[in-house]
Amino acid sequence: MTAADAKPKKPNKALYKSDQDVRWCPGCGDYGILNAVQQVFAELGLDRDRTVLVSGIGCSSRFPYYMETYGMHSIHGRAPAIASGIKLANPELNVWVVTGDGDALSIGGNHFIHMLRRNIGLKVLLFNNRIYGLTKGQYSPTSEHGKVTKSTPFGSVDQPFNPLALAIGAGATFVARAVDVMGKHMREVLKAAAEHEGTAFVEIFQNCNIFNNGAYDPIVKKEVRDDMLVDVRHGEPLVYGKELDKGLVFDSFAVRPVKLGEPDEHGKVWTKEDLPVWNARDPNPALSFAMTQLREGIDPTAIGVIRSFDGRMPYDREVHLQIEEIRKARGDRDLESLIYAGNTWTVS
Amino acid sequence: MTSTTQTEGEAASARKIEHLEEAIIRFAGDSGDGMQLTGGEFTNNVALFGNDLATFPDYPAEIRAPAGTIPGVSAFQVRFSSFDIHTPGDKADVLVAMNPAALKVCLPQTKKGGIVLVNTGNFNKTDWTKAEFEADPLEDPDYLDGYKVLKVDLNHLTKETLKDSDLEGKAQLRCKNFAALGILFWIFNRDLEPTIRGIEERFGKKPEVAAANIAVLKAGYNYAETAELLHTTYQVEPAKLPSGTYRNIVGNQAMGLGLLAASKLSGVQLFLGSYPITPASEILQQLSGYKQDGVITFQAEDEIAGICSAIGASFAGKLAVTTSSGPGIALKTEAIGLAVMTELPLVIVNVQRGGPSTGLPTKTEQADLLQAVWGRNGECPVPVLAAATPADCFYMAIEAFRIATKYMTPVLLLSDGYLANGSEPWRLPRIEDLPKIEVRFHTEREGFLPYSRDPETLARPWAPPGTPGLHHRIGGLEKEDGTGNVSYDPENHFHMIKTREAKVQGIAKDIPEPEFFGEESGDLLVVGWGSTLGSITGGVNRAREEGLKVSRLHLRHVWPLPLSLKETFARFERILIPEMNLGQLHKVLASQIPAEYVPFSKVTGRPFSNIEIHEKIREVLR
Repeated sequence: MTAADAKPKKPNKALYKSDQDVRWCPGCGDYGILNAVQQVFAELGLDRDRTVLVSGIGCSSRFPYYMETYGMHSIHGRAPAIASGIKLANPELNVWVVTGDGDALSIGGNHFIHMLRRNIGLKVLLFNNRIYGLTKGQYSPTSEHGKVTKSTPFGSVDQPFNPLALAIGAGATFVARAVDVMGKHMREVLKAAAEHEGTAFVEIFQNCNIFNNGAYDPIVKKEVRDDMLVDVRHGEPLVYGKELDKGLVFDSFAVRPVKLGEPDEHGKVWTKEDLPVWNARDPNPALSFAMTQLREGIDPTAIGVIRSFDGRMPYDREVHLQIEEIRKARGDRDLESLIYAGNTWTVS
Repeated sequence: MTSTTQTEGEAASARKIEHLEEAIIRFAGDSGDGMQLTGGEFTNNVALFGNDLATFPDYPAEIRAPAGTIPGVSAFQVRFSSFDIHTPGDKADVLVAMNPAALKVCLPQTKKGGIVLVNTGNFNKTDWTKAEFEADPLEDPDYLDGYKVLKVDLNHLTKETLKDSDLEGKAQLRCKNFAALGILFWIFNRDLEPTIRGIEERFGKKPEVAAANIAVLKAGYNYAETAELLHTTYQVEPAKLPSGTYRNIVGNQAMGLGLLAASKLSGVQLFLGSYPITPASEILQQLSGYKQDGVITFQAEDEIAGICSAIGASFAGKLAVTTSSGPGIALKTEAIGLAVMTELPLVIVNVQRGGPSTGLPTKTEQADLLQAVWGRNGECPVPVLAAATPADCFYMAIEAFRIATKYMTPVLLLSDGYLANGSEPWRLPRIEDLPKIEVRFHTEREGFLPYSRDPETLARPWAPPGTPGLHHRIGGLEKEDGTGNVSYDPENHFHMIKTREAKVQGIAKDIPEPEFFGEESGDLLVVGWGSTLGSITGGVNRAREEGLKVSRLHLRHVWPLPLSLKETFARFERILIPEMNLGQLHKVLASQIPAEYVPFSKVTGRPFSNIEIHEKIREVLR
């Protein structure tokens, strides 16, 4: 703890601001995320001496420079691997990874899935702006099919990744989604991520106002947001809409929207009481996966904590438990006994 | 078998025991025949007896190539002696050929007049057809002319011995390598006891297998004795090695021990991030067994994650290492640059193998030197060390961590397939003689700057996350001197480039003088690096015995080069540089020190022999 950290007091966001000028383009969605992270760190009272931010390459990856914590701005795609080394070396540290759609899902795709598979105790924020911003406007692995960018002048014929579906497929125990312009909601999601012991993965819809401006407008603009986003909350019914007049229901392993009080395609009339209650903690990820498959722009898009399963021990904890158990059972050794081991013989 | 010194009769038997100074044995068979195990057991036996020795496992990249074929031949050569030796030798005195393919591959590497033990149980038509013989080679009088051929049906001997065993037929037959070993022990008058103990330890969890192997070992020995396979048997007396306690050590094993030793000597926990690759995987496996010593091992998803996790662990204050071989090092290259930029201590072990690309995974080569010294984007200086013998891997691992932590820099440590799998008797060091590794983590808040420098070493402070009040950011973008903040300032960049270079070059003041042997000046200096030490020593010794004026120098610190080299080289007419590449050390030296160089290349996947070095010396001095 630094002197400034010593006394408990009301959250002071400024503690987490470094002295470096923030150099994102004016109007970039990253500002909102930086603000939310600093606010959450302050509210959680995270010890700056025990907090590390690790990033790869891309606009979002400048993030650690702006945080008054420990940090490393590393190389393209490798932040999960570097952060894994930090967390394994010292599981007491709060280690947060900041990455983007290109960084995490393209060049760093392998590290991304293996980090999730291991369930190592990292918090991962993926700023998804569906474009390569730092290299000035090529399509990314989350750009939609047909998108015209500098490297797809006739429209992209490439299929995008769905980051949450990918994460669930890789065995993620915590997946969530937030939106850069919805600060309060984002802070709740970030807090939930901070509390999760294993890998906590948060996709953040982030607007790149230079190269992909308005990419999320059809679903996140104030006027449409209530009807186009569903904030799923564990233990609460899947209701949404400005008038809370819509809901999500399950057809075996698919999710579909319904209008309350009106007959659906099967003639069933749904009431709020009929709606399923969301279970983010289900060990079986099938419904969480289904929740990621809603058609963006047609169906509402799920945000909030979509999966939060705590039944698997984080990798870093198990690594250290194993070491502790073996040390307890066998004891430490001095160097001499290690070297003078096996079949030795003496020449006099 | 060189230098027969004397023969003597033994009262108890008509057979004679001939005393030899050395012998070279080559065990060869199918990949599944257990030749590496058999060779290893023979080696342990002669080591415990006190012979000097050197070994050379030579096995295919395929785990099990089609049985009985030429690509499936796996061999293990051991040379043991009553004097100080440096290499596993050239042609074998004794060849054990478990099948026709092994005979075909290894007979050309066997001395005329040598003994060839063949397992006739595997010499039927199908067997010799698989080995692409036109006819049974054992029936061809010309093919084996000049060799002492011992034909034994080891399959039959094994099955007969185990006919009352509970093992099923296939498992019984797997013991046949021990029948061959028993015969070899008879030929060389060896005590079976240490090997019996070894088998009991190795197969401790399967006592029925241990018992079968021991029974077959004894059966082989007794068969040879009863049948009087040879009129003369042989004895190689213990070597007059310097006094001390010894153990036989394989290079990769010494490397693993050395890395752990650095941790114990510094009191800092060891972290390994690695990805399996031949011939480096044994180091990962070994360190994974050191949990009791607190070692953290992370088998990463790929080579890049291997080094990146190590960089993370280094930032977090651990002794961090990553281990690999050439193709994996290529993948790690960008991350090595990050370690240079962030100035974090890190050891990168490259157990070199035949390249380029996948190359020859199980064969040795020294062709990654230029990659190590200069193979990165940008001006990216990294010190490069090279181990010279299997046991030397231990000391160089410690040295690599000493330099890495003292100078806050990644260090590349080169080994190769020949060192990794070869073995030698290691005179164990006294713990108090090992170097100290003093690691000082920075804790002082007053005036802390992440890129301030120690005036002597130019090292920056190491302040891991968790250190109170020292939170700071590092990264791959150019750093402002002192603060470590991102800087695009042209003059700062030039200054930092020069500072990083000066830091690494400054290590030259802090390394021991290179190993030197011979007169201070002369016609020829043979300069080597890495695993060629043994062959060069042998070749130079032969040349000097002939009266040739030749000295030798061996580099373990390859970059930066020792400061004394320039003066040393100036005292010799010519510098001969034998390397298992197309002249990479030559290129490094020629770029730094003007001299009359004679590069000498061999890139066959096999090490130099003493004779090749000796002949080259004669050719150069002719």
